[in-house]
Amino acid sequence: MPDIDESFLALPRHELAEAALQRARDLGATFAEFRLERIRSESIALRDSVLESASDGEDLGLAVRVVHQGTWGFAAGVALTTDEAVQVAEQAVHMAQVSRPINAEIIELADEPVYDDVSWISSYEIDPFSVPRTEKVALLTDYSDRLLKADGVAHVSVHVASVHECKFYANTEGTSYTQQRVRIGPDITAFAVDAETGRFDSMASCAPPAGRGWEYLTGTGWDWDDELAQIPGWLAEKMAAPSVEAGVYDLVIDPSNLWLTIHESIGHATELDRALGYEANYAGTSFATTDKLGNLKYGSPIMHVTGDRTAEHGLSTVGYDDEGVAGQQWDLVKDGVLVGYQVDRRMAKVNEKLLGTARSNGCAYADSSGHIPIQRMANVSLQPAPDGPSTEELISRVQNGIYIVGDKSWSIDMQRYNFQFTGQRFYKITNGKLDGQLRDIAYQATTTDFWGSMEAVGGPETYVLHGALNCGKAQPAQSGAVSHGCPSALFRGVRILNTTQEAGR
Amino acid sequence: MTAIQLTPQDTVERGLALAAAEGADGCVVIVAETSSANLRWANNTLTTNGAMRGSHVTVIATVGAGEGTATGVVSRTAVTDESLRQQVSAAVATARAATPAEDARPLVDGTTSPDWDDEPEETSVTVYEKFAPALGETLQRATNESRWLYGFADHEVTTLYVGSSAGLRLRQALPRGFVSSTGKSGDLSQSAWAGAATRDFTDIDPLALDAELTRRLGWASRTVAVDPGRHATVLPPAAVADLTTYLFWQLDGRQAFEGRSVFAKPPSGTRVGETLSSKPVQLRSDPNLPGLETFPFAVARSSGASQSVFDNGLTLSATDWIRDGKLETLMTSRHTADLIGATTPAPPIDNYVLSVDGATGTTDDLVAGMENGLLLTCLWYIRMVDPQTSLLTGLTRDGVYLVENGEVTGAVNNFRFNESPVDLLSRIGAAGATVPSFSREWGDEFSRTATPPLLIPDFNMSSVSQAS
Repeated sequence: MPDIDESFLALPRHELAEAALQRARDLGATFAEFRLERIRSESIALRDSVLESASDGEDLGLAVRVVHQGTWGFAAGVALTTDEAVQVAEQAVHMAQVSRPINAEIIELADEPVYDDVSWISSYEIDPFSVPRTEKVALLTDYSDRLLKADGVAHVSVHVASVHECKFYANTEGTSYTQQRVRIGPDITAFAVDAETGRFDSMASCAPPAGRGWEYLTGTGWDWDDELAQIPGWLAEKMAAPSVEAGVYDLVIDPSNLWLTIHESIGHATELDRALGYEANYAGTSFATTDKLGNLKYGSPIMHVTGDRTAEHGLSTVGYDDEGVAGQQWDLVKDGVLVGYQVDRRMAKVNEKLLGTARSNGCAYADSSGHIPIQRMANVSLQPAPDGPSTEELISRVQNGIYIVGDKSWSIDMQRYNFQFTGQRFYKITNGKLDGQLRDIAYQATTTDFWGSMEAVGGPETYVLHGALNCGKAQPAQSGAVSHGCPSALFRGVRILNTTQEAGR
Repeated sequence: MTAIQLTPQDTVERGLALAAAEGADGCVVIVAETSSANLRWANNTLTTNGAMRGSHVTVIATVGAGEGTATGVVSRTAVTDESLRQQVSAAVATARAATPAEDARPLVDGTTSPDWDDEPEETSVTVYEKFAPALGETLQRATNESRWLYGFADHEVTTLYVGSSAGLRLRQALPRGFVSSTGKSGDLSQSAWAGAATRDFTDIDPLALDAELTRRLGWASRTVAVDPGRHATVLPPAAVADLTTYLFWQLDGRQAFEGRSVFAKPPSGTRVGETLSSKPVQLRSDPNLPGLETFPFAVARSSGASQSVFDNGLTLSATDWIRDGKLETLMTSRHTADLIGATTPAPPIDNYVLSVDGATGTTDDLVAGMENGLLLTCLWYIRMVDPQTSLLTGLTRDGVYLVENGEVTGAVNNFRFNESPVDLLSRIGAAGATVPSFSREWGDEFSRTATPPLLIPDFNMSSVSQAS
């Protein structure tokens, strides 16, 4: 088990926090919180097995947020001196003062137990930043070569992003913690080009980003040897596949595709800040408004969706959130009905009666010291059926349908009703058996119709944690990493488009 | 030992000297000093705000000569004399361990900006001293009139210092700002949007923005259901920017040359020279365009596609991407220009102007000339469905209006569309004059655009979205 990085512990985190929080108190803030955050990132990209770019970065800074005369004020700076900490606290108070005339609501926060100088580290084995660059590039070159040398592969792109995040948080209630998280996201894609017709297509690895270390790239949690051996064949089959006939089909959707539909149509829709309108000018609102809590039929009765910040290797998993709230798990959809939201401390307090609890479920997150904590997504996951079927059994229940693997294109409207997704591989299902790939497919549906058409979910053996490193939300825009677990699932009667016809060809 | 904060110029000079002392053959140091202030509001009240300052230093060290040159790229925030030493060492060590870079070229020769010695320019919350009270007034008015307002105002100033061992000393300060505002009816059933880019907020009037939102919400007093299908559609400049920005990002030369973009021409080559539109359509970038000024030299913190770390400091000049309806230029670095046989490199430029020669008039004029069709506000959640045709999907957002006999007669439901911006160029029915615009979807990151309103006779609305 790794320890918290010594060079981060060597920073004067307690002194900076004490200076900032004391200045905020002296200026009349009723609440103040301090964050010192260091985010190391590395990006390695190969194009056709040649190193295209490799860079590493470090974002280090401090932030202060205050409640002053009932109004929020936030400021951030980069110099790690007590003078700067004091100045940033003063700027945060000034920001609250300037904002006071346009604030119509007295800010109050839900209570949370005090955690006194605690530590938390995410679950990983090898810090990616401890592995020599040459060793990493050599491994990725090998992976790229395996694809590039295969028949029918014209180009290969490989990209790996690694992040090592250290955070120190302290607030005027007495909570302080030090937290370290590691995550990694590989993208490997093979491309084919038909020189005669000019048709081109691609086949990407389905390996999701994960809250793991470099061990993930060498085979812990993903079978690279198997997948890399299969990608060229899958791509060749896709290039030769017939174009789909647009219409209505039964679908069996693999976790490697379904996670993204969960992310867009459930994850964002159950963010309370969206339901309350805070994102109306940017990411959008939600059809799942508060008047529907406890009565909206989100999907079929077998639908059970949880939010958590606790799943091992989850990208949104934390010990404590950016308001000092401990990670938790709770229900969002139970027996097909909307029963919960993702909230932060302010929303938990204001909506105490509605939510039936006075505690935040710990969804505050800022993507760096320079940004304001907002409500960000927990790991939102569709639960498998305890004795549920295998993916093959689900496929066997379909006469004329499509089995969808891997994610690709995604889009959903500002209230999370109408979505359209594509994928990596689409297999025709004929009389319960896979019958070769199809191409030019997108599926399009309205959220509650789609989840209402879910006839069966697979068993725990089909459950996989997928996710994204780059979910966007808020203004100024912030990037969030989040995981979504799900089983394979069977949907009846979903609209399938032919994307070539959609392009008017 | 107390760490010493360095000025940007000192950071550049020390970084270059440290790299030379470590034995690097070449070095580029990029320092970006940023300050920003923002206000965000929802449900007629402030929700968040912030005043941020940032300092970002990138050191690119090169080792070896000519095409055998390898690089090490290390970026840091919060640089002190001590951390800069570590940063440069890491960059040089990485370059030593690396294989030669494919895009290696001699570093760009140096000129020195006349204002090199100037301090970074800054912004602060005071940029909103007039805007904030006026905004407060509109929020109060909206409450009184049972409307809801949601929005965001952001102002940022970046001062870049780029220095290299080849003698380059370039400084450029650049402001960037925008406001984006959404209005909803009291029952939340109707939505409208307006947005604009600005350099300093002196030209932004919250009361005028609110009046535009109110006018649009007024159009929605009558609502009409319209089925999906191909509709005559007026896209205002914001919606045209939503689509054109995506097209702009597809203009990569290498991707096309390798046969994997809409601009590829099988068996090998690109569609440069091909007619994309029978209309005199121009798509042009120019770092010195008045009102859309952007950095006049290449800045690359990593290599990829049409940018190369070796090209840092390369002078950017006015470039026609599409001229008189013909694809004229694809984006390239010096390396990829050689690769695809382009005569001169054309690195990305952070602005563009789309125009149709001879087109005059406004969105309202196009509406006045339409017998029956739709008027959009903006587009949203635009994603690539099929790169072969550059088929994009996305949604209409915050106001689709029915036009009958040249007048807006009501609001209609939202739609999901599937359309290719390249294909649309060949189907322009009519265009208006090009004006500064602000893309709803991409404006936060790409705000320097000017676009015309366009009438497309057969815009593909694939299905209805219930969003309102």
